[in-house]
Amino acid sequence: MQRFEHQPQDDEGPVFNAPWEAQAFALVLALHERGLFSWQEWAGALSAEIAEAQAAGDPDLGNTYYQHWLAALETISRQKNFSNTDELARRKSQWHEAYLNTPHGKPIQLSAGDS
Amino acid sequence: MPHDHHHDEHDHTEPPSDLELRVKALESLLVEKGLVNPDTLNTIIDTYEHKVGPRNGAHVVAKAWTDPEFKQALMTDATEAVASLGYCGRQGEHLMVVENTDDTHNLVVCTLCSCYPWTVLGLPPAWYKSAPYRSRAVSAPREVLSEFGINLDEDKKIRVWDSTSEMRYLVLPQRPLGTEGWSEADLQALVSRNSMIGVELARAPDSGAEASQ
Repeated sequence: MQRFEHQPQDDEGPVFNAPWEAQAFALVLALHERGLFSWQEWAGALSAEIAEAQAAGDPDLGNTYYQHWLAALETISRQKNFSNTDELARRKSQWHEAYLNTPHGKPIQLSAGDS
Repeated sequence: MPHDHHHDEHDHTEPPSDLELRVKALESLLVEKGLVNPDTLNTIIDTYEHKVGPRNGAHVVAKAWTDPEFKQALMTDATEAVASLGYCGRQGEHLMVVENTDDTHNLVVCTLCSCYPWTVLGLPPAWYKSAPYRSRAVSAPREVLSEFGINLDEDKKIRVWDSTSEMRYLVLPQRPLGTEGWSEADLQALVSRNSMIGVELARAPDSGAEASQ
């Protein structure tokens, strides 16, 4: 079994390694259920992302899967005009600031990142 | 890790990883624009973490072993037969059941990404999504199976099924010998997730479901 380093050998173990993976997963399903893209379009975006990552040297052992999933979600969100690169970057840094401006232990509100 | 670059380190919260921030950015924008509903997200996460899983597939398999009419319906139109048990796909994909026999063993893979019969198996294990499995299941299936502990007779055929976004496959393992007269519920315990992907056989009755966990 040495070829499958990241393989959980037991059945039915946790399938998400972190909450963000579950969030990214659910976003795609929710957008698809609203009819905002077809599942074929999604599978195309995801396999393109995986192929690109492999070409860039990712050994792609399954542990980076949700990173590809997230990158594909960002790509399809731009293609479908749900958002764009600038808006995503701005929002991301706004969240980053919100964390820095929030005392430890307090809930993080996006508004705390407004500068 | 030193924190000497923040003189006010007690008054802030350490931001999460870049990946987490990217998800938060997307999610908050999509919710704000009304493209996704936060309640829907929570329902999906809850469903996939707690309700959907390989037990659904084990139910399908055990029913096929004990109910000839259901098995016939399953082999004819798996999507519909599985839906009759309440397991419906979210992506409108079709499901096909491939049956292991004395002559043929079936193995499922998705060479392009990781299409998987979620409705009956939950989410795919990490190895299913890995590049080595995706390529070697096709190029060296016998070797892959032996790594999973199945050594097939040389004359047994292996059929490899490559899943797509439209078509997913579920392996119907052979019913273990010595289970005559077992109830559907008892049989379910012998059906592992891996046996429905085709990288294992159904458990032998004397091995016990616990022993092979």
